[in-house]
Amino acid sequence: MNTFAVERKIAGWHIFVAIFALSLGILFGPLQAWEHMGWNTYPALQAVGLQSYYQGLTLHGVLNALVWTTFFITGFLTYVVAKSLNRGMTFPKLSWAAFFVMVIGLVMAAIPLLLNLATVLYTMYPPLQAPWYYYLGLTLVVVGSWMSGWSMLLTWNAWRKDNKGATTPFLALASLISMVLWQICTLGIASEILVLILPWSLGLVPGIDVQLSRTLFWFTGHPLVYFWLLPAYVSWYGMMPKQAGGKLFSEPLARLAFWLFLLLSTPLGFHHQYVDPGIPEGWKFLHAVLTLSVFFPSMLTAFNVVASLENGGRARGGTGLLMWIRSLPWGDPSFTAQSLAMIVFAFGGVGGVINASYNVNLVIHNTAWVPGHFHTTVGTGVTLTFIGILYWLIPHFTGKALWGRKWALWQAWLWTIGVAIFSQGLHRLGLLGAPRRTMLGVATDNYGTPEWLFPRLMTGLGGTIMLISFCVFLLVVIKTMRNKETAQVEMPVAEALHHETIPAWLNNWQPWLVGAVVLILIAYGPMLVQSIAQLQMTSPGFNGLW
Amino acid sequence: MIHVHVYEKWWIGLTVAMLIAFSLAIGVSGFMMGIQLPSPEALVNPNTVAKQGDFANPGLKELAPKKYVAYIRAEANPWKFRPEKIEVPVGSTVTFYVTAVDVQHGFKLEGTNINVQILPGQVSKMTATFNQKGEFPFVCTEFCGVGHQNMFGKLIVK
Ligand code: HEM
Ligand SMILES: [Cu+2]
Ligand SMILES: [Cu+2]
Repeated sequence: MNTFAVERKIAGWHIFVAIFALSLGILFGPLQAWEHMGWNTYPALQAVGLQSYYQGLTLHGVLNALVWTTFFITGFLTYVVAKSLNRGMTFPKLSWAAFFVMVIGLVMAAIPLLLNLATVLYTMYPPLQAPWYYYLGLTLVVVGSWMSGWSMLLTWNAWRKDNKGATTPFLALASLISMVLWQICTLGIASEILVLILPWSLGLVPGIDVQLSRTLFWFTGHPLVYFWLLPAYVSWYGMMPKQAGGKLFSEPLARLAFWLFLLLSTPLGFHHQYVDPGIPEGWKFLHAVLTLSVFFPSMLTAFNVVASLENGGRARGGTGLLMWIRSLPWGDPSFTAQSLAMIVFAFGGVGGVINASYNVNLVIHNTAWVPGHFHTTVGTGVTLTFIGILYWLIPHFTGKALWGRKWALWQAWLWTIGVAIFSQGLHRLGLLGAPRRTMLGVATDNYGTPEWLFPRLMTGLGGTIMLISFCVFLLVVIKTMRNKETAQVEMPVAEALHHETIPAWLNNWQPWLVGAVVLILIAYGPMLVQSIAQLQMTSPGFNGLW
Repeated sequence: MIHVHVYEKWWIGLTVAMLIAFSLAIGVSGFMMGIQLPSPEALVNPNTVAKQGDFANPGLKELAPKKYVAYIRAEANPWKFRPEKIEVPVGSTVTFYVTAVDVQHGFKLEGTNINVQILPGQVSKMTATFNQKGEFPFVCTEFCGVGHQNMFGKLIVK
């Protein structure tokens, strides 16, 4: 029997780096929240080498949104693909090489970040200019994650040859779709860096086209959020029903949701550029409608996942219209963390419809509302789900029992309470007109109204509770790693409720890939051609503004 | 065909109805009621824009009674909008033209729908009518360096 020792090791190392990055990245979060509240710790922190709020904010964004997510996802999915196909990686060396490329890239990017040479925030908008090796480092992280995906695809290809005509198991298929989506959508940022930014930051060309660089960035920037989210969905659809004691309500529709994400995630990046001067309204409107269409697979997911949990609740003896919820395994930290993540994410989804809504977006664009929003999505929907996954995965990998079940439960609830208060504060600040990416405590000497005070306090209080929750998480992880008590924990794999044959169109890549490419060409092609025709390489770099 | 539960069919129908309703709402408000987004206005050279043309002497210009244009430059280090203060009589319609001479900035004017990204090389244009007396701050909404939080100005309606 295959014990998947190699895959455990590969995934384990990825996840170790991920948790390390998150631990460092999160530290800056409460500092920002406290600054918003009026407690400015940054002058004192210069003594330990943190030069500014904005250096911290760059580290916070890069380490949390880019490093924690990418390392966790590549590690986790590598393992899920192997387990789901019941087959070791065909080329484990490729997965290792991928890991090292990512680590080298991370180190290259971390050095200028820590030296305050790359305080350009995680969006790295030109003409703010970091040293060239910062951009090269980020590129290597992306290339490494591609290699990781290739290794998964090659493994699947070998499996397919041995299982002619068989339907790919759901967990493997969903993981592969996530990685392929990533390959497609990162072409934007790859071309931004390789074609525009690297020559410019190396001094080979004097100027850069700022509008075009933004368009290429957001080509990747929106699907990036689906790259974060889909691995969480892998767990919600394919694992949580099992943890809840039930089955996956509709496997065909689960597959359909993933295919639709592959189809629709990329051709809609202009919704991050609604207020950009260089893009005509008609194109923005097209992207708005396409963005709303992603609402469709999201709603499919909401129904299917909740119905699967209901199936579990009833199987555990729950009855009534809603009382089955009480019968769910609320004593299991892994289940609880992920369920709470889902609930918080649902609110994020509703807010997301507001962000996506074309001119309604004008009210909240670039305000504190936006970080309020994404701490409910990537900051909780994704991050708390990954934390919940770790509550079974670490015992599964190490054979050690999870330490402190009660502590872990508290961790999940505290995070949820904290983020509810925190993001409520930021949402309100945004509606009152407070900008994001701003030292709001300092800014209130310049503008703002007394009404801002209460939501500023909410932000600070909620952020503090989240910090406490994260410390509890680290305690649980460290204590588990050192636990003497052993346990045999399996990877949860949900069965389908109905055993139906999966129709060919839900098992076939071709129509979805062709559709995705066609939609991208329609949504981006004409604008890209036009931007290139009137290329404006006029902006020199600025690296002395922080 | 795949098996879809009746409740789920209803749910899918509801989702599609919402999608259509939302799209219509933003389409109608955007293209028929005039709640518009910024669109391409003009390209400029960020390296010379402060020295020649409309942005060399930024500020308010009267086109007709109660009809104004305002040219505004966003600058980092020192972090400022030029001009920082604009005064118009109540009932005025003002069209703002804003550009950046260095890095990206933002421009959000309280009490209006004006909220736009300011890019070097591009001119962002927005219009609003001011029917209420008062002071309306405009703030920079994009990170533009360590002085970003000090970058703001005021529109005074008298
Ligand atoms: C203790 C927990 C956390 C606290 C208190 C916190 C606090 C904050 C605050 C106050 C901001 C807004 C700063 C500003 O706009 O000026 C922010 C930005 C951000 N946070 Fe968090 N955060 C936490 C955890 C996380 C997590 C887990 C993630 C993602 C995995 C995350 C991702 C981000 C990102 C991407 C930004 C935007 C950075 C930018 O605008 O460039 N945060 N955080
Ligand atoms: Cu988006
Ligand atoms: Cu600014």
